Amino acid sequence: MWGTRKLSSSGSLFLGVFKSGCQGTQADCSRLTTSAVYLPNQFSWTQQLKPWVFSEYRIMWFKSYRMNFACLNTMKSYRYPWTRPYSTSRTTVDSSEVKTFLALAHKWWDEQGVYAPLHSMNDLRVPFIRDNLLKTIANHQPGKPLSGMKILDVGCGGGLLTEPLGRLGASVIGIDPVDENIETAQHHKSFDPVLDKRVEYRACSLEEIVEETAETFDAVVASEVVEHVIDLETFIQCCCQVLKPGGSLFITTINKTQLSYALGIVFSEQIAGIVPKGTHTWEKFVSPENLESILESNGLSVQTVVGMIYNPFSGYWHWSENTSLNYAAHAVKQEHPVPAGFVVKGETEDRQADTSTSPAVHDELKK
Amino acid sequence: MAALLAIRRSGAAHAATWRGPLVSCQRGAGALADTVYDVVVSGGGLVGAAMACALGYDIHFHDKKILLLEAGPKKVLEKLPETYSNRVSSISPGSATLLSSFGAWDHVCNMRYRAFRRMQVWDACSEALIMFDKDDLDDMGYIVENDVIMHALTKQLEAVSDRVTVLYRSRATSYTWPDPLSTADSSPWVHVTLGDGSTLQTKLLIGADGHNSAVREAAGIRHVSWNYDQSAVVATLHLSEATENNVAWQRFLPSGPIALLPLTDTLSSLVWSTSHEHAAELVSMDEETFVDAINSAFWSDANHTDLVDSASTVLQYAVAFLKPTKVSARQLPPSVARVDAKSRVQFPLGLGHAAEYVRPRLALIGDAAHRVHPLAGQGVNMGFGDVSNLVHHLSIAAFNGKDLGSMSHLTGYETDRQRHNTALLAATDLLKRLYSTSATPLVLLRTWGLQATNAVAPLKEQIMAFASR
Repeated sequence: MWGTRKLSSSGSLFLGVFKSGCQGTQADCSRLTTSAVYLPNQFSWTQQLKPWVFSEYRIMWFKSYRMNFACLNTMKSYRYPWTRPYSTSRTTVDSSEVKTFLALAHKWWDEQGVYAPLHSMNDLRVPFIRDNLLKTIANHQPGKPLSGMKILDVGCGGGLLTEPLGRLGASVIGIDPVDENIETAQHHKSFDPVLDKRVEYRACSLEEIVEETAETFDAVVASEVVEHVIDLETFIQCCCQVLKPGGSLFITTINKTQLSYALGIVFSEQIAGIVPKGTHTWEKFVSPENLESILESNGLSVQTVVGMIYNPFSGYWHWSENTSLNYAAHAVKQEHPVPAGFVVKGETEDRQADTSTSPAVHDELKK
Repeated sequence: MAALLAIRRSGAAHAATWRGPLVSCQRGAGALADTVYDVVVSGGGLVGAAMACALGYDIHFHDKKILLLEAGPKKVLEKLPETYSNRVSSISPGSATLLSSFGAWDHVCNMRYRAFRRMQVWDACSEALIMFDKDDLDDMGYIVENDVIMHALTKQLEAVSDRVTVLYRSRATSYTWPDPLSTADSSPWVHVTLGDGSTLQTKLLIGADGHNSAVREAAGIRHVSWNYDQSAVVATLHLSEATENNVAWQRFLPSGPIALLPLTDTLSSLVWSTSHEHAAELVSMDEETFVDAINSAFWSDANHTDLVDSASTVLQYAVAFLKPTKVSARQLPPSVARVDAKSRVQFPLGLGHAAEYVRPRLALIGDAAHRVHPLAGQGVNMGFGDVSNLVHHLSIAAFNGKDLGSMSHLTGYETDRQRHNTALLAATDLLKRLYSTSATPLVLLRTWGLQATNAVAPLKEQIMAFASR
């Protein structure tokens, strides 16, 4: 396919194909859904064929890094298949994506498997969440710095981020609309008596628990979620509603740039070929500017926006000023929230008001 | 039961053992009735006990459950014995820093130790010598009895008994590793069965059970090892006269290195590596002959040859010409008057190195990972270096909420330590081999090498910095 040829071509050509590739992906989308279901199956099958004896451990690890990169962005859509055509209720979950996901459900906790980039992302996002929350606590208990905190992990998947937060002492609720994810997460934490008490999982969507958990959480974490949410505005509103005043919202996601298209979709899906084509919808990616304006208009003041870069060869993430691929954001719910009844219409005014009051730090970090 | 036994032995320290099983029993699931520890250290020797201690005192481990398994009894010195023990260790400043990080060094200071400021190493086959000394008032290292360090560690372990459980006289009989492709129902932890049949689980197992490590064996980690054709003879020696005694002496004899380490103004500790037969002879001979043998080993010029002597003199002149300010003059070691009765013991020497230090949920430290010839006095320091590095990695992992048994940080420990340990291992092995011969070309080579090294101050500083970590 043309994708293979492009690998050897120059960067300018790379961007040149970008437009046509975009259309091609869309057109192929429906035709390829069936194959999308089976590709990951074959992938996991080949992996299991490898004799996973200890002596080969390192070799396998190296191999998996290479594969991970291509899989990196697929998993994001596996993780949140609930927001297909309009509305966020569970009935709209794309059944073909669920099937695709099921093939990988048991892979969540394989640190060298397809989810390795998410495992290693914890090296960044856990300290990011921890340190920003610790700023709000005067003196914390050594050994469990986040004890006393209530955290909601939206779209927790297998609990990759939920468990570390629980280990830090927080009581965490992880929610995910996919039953199998919750099953995996539940099963995994059940082996750890300490986590078993601190962490709770529920198979539901955020909208379903907004009512009962209004103003409950010290922090809401939506890691690698918003790029799959169909109505970001509503999603952020829900996040805001369940936060206590002064509570923190943490978001990590992927930017809407040409680079994220080239690497996230063209490279992963077309060239490397491991990720089924049409998995991602670039249109749903969110730019930091757009995200910030939605956050600010919903009574959340943005504290930090910072880029994250994944090195597929080392398998590690690192912070960067460049937000053109992945980035993390931290916003705090204002003590006096915007009066109820505001919706999109009030957005512009609120945004203006917010930007005028937002701290200078925020602007610096935005760069 | 091990726990019962332990409670009888060390009282309240072991209440935690009971609390654990009760809590997990409430879960009801039969397979999960075992206590789940965060870290189990197998082997409570100097290195293992230091590991448990360091974790117990780490701020990010305040919420963790740590268990130390020791096959032997609890070792506390009720009262400092008058006679010095014949088993001593040279503690590098780096190791002393580790021990003071959790308060054990204070106990050592309150008991007894001897600092040394210089180290003189010279060749029996030539005039070549190398002198390490610290210009400033820093100590180069400390000679401490192993019993004293063990006592200090035991005391500090008692102080953190709420976090660190110690089971004395208990030994793990089998280890079950988690399935690395663990998918569904199997437990992700390491299962440990103790000698009395009780079982427990741990998220991370640390093997500190010596050079014949059962943990390493059970994990099937490949291990390169060979025995040297040498045994070490240790003894406590009385000097003929009181001296400042702050120099560590070592002379390379063709049969092996002999070292004299300061204990007090009048006492020194001997470590003499030599052939098995000679070692047996040394241990069994009468005290007077033994003392004569030591003195002649340090003083005799019988192995000198004219060629090498003149060659080394030439280089000496060349160095003196290039660097007129002569750095350190040759000192003469003190002469030995007598040996402490019953202090002579012999043990075999060998080299060993584990191909891997870590596996998922497993880390090897100390002699379980590497065994070294005592000629550089690095054995226990390498072990303490492992401890300090592994604690560093685990502490960060704990503060990041990570699963302690994850390879992502364990490999960091492995990389750091293998880089350091293999270099030391190779260097000591090379030295041992280079100095085991009296063939003239090699003697010449090493003579010049040693003299040249001695003349280049920055190189010596590098060596000292590496060895004092």
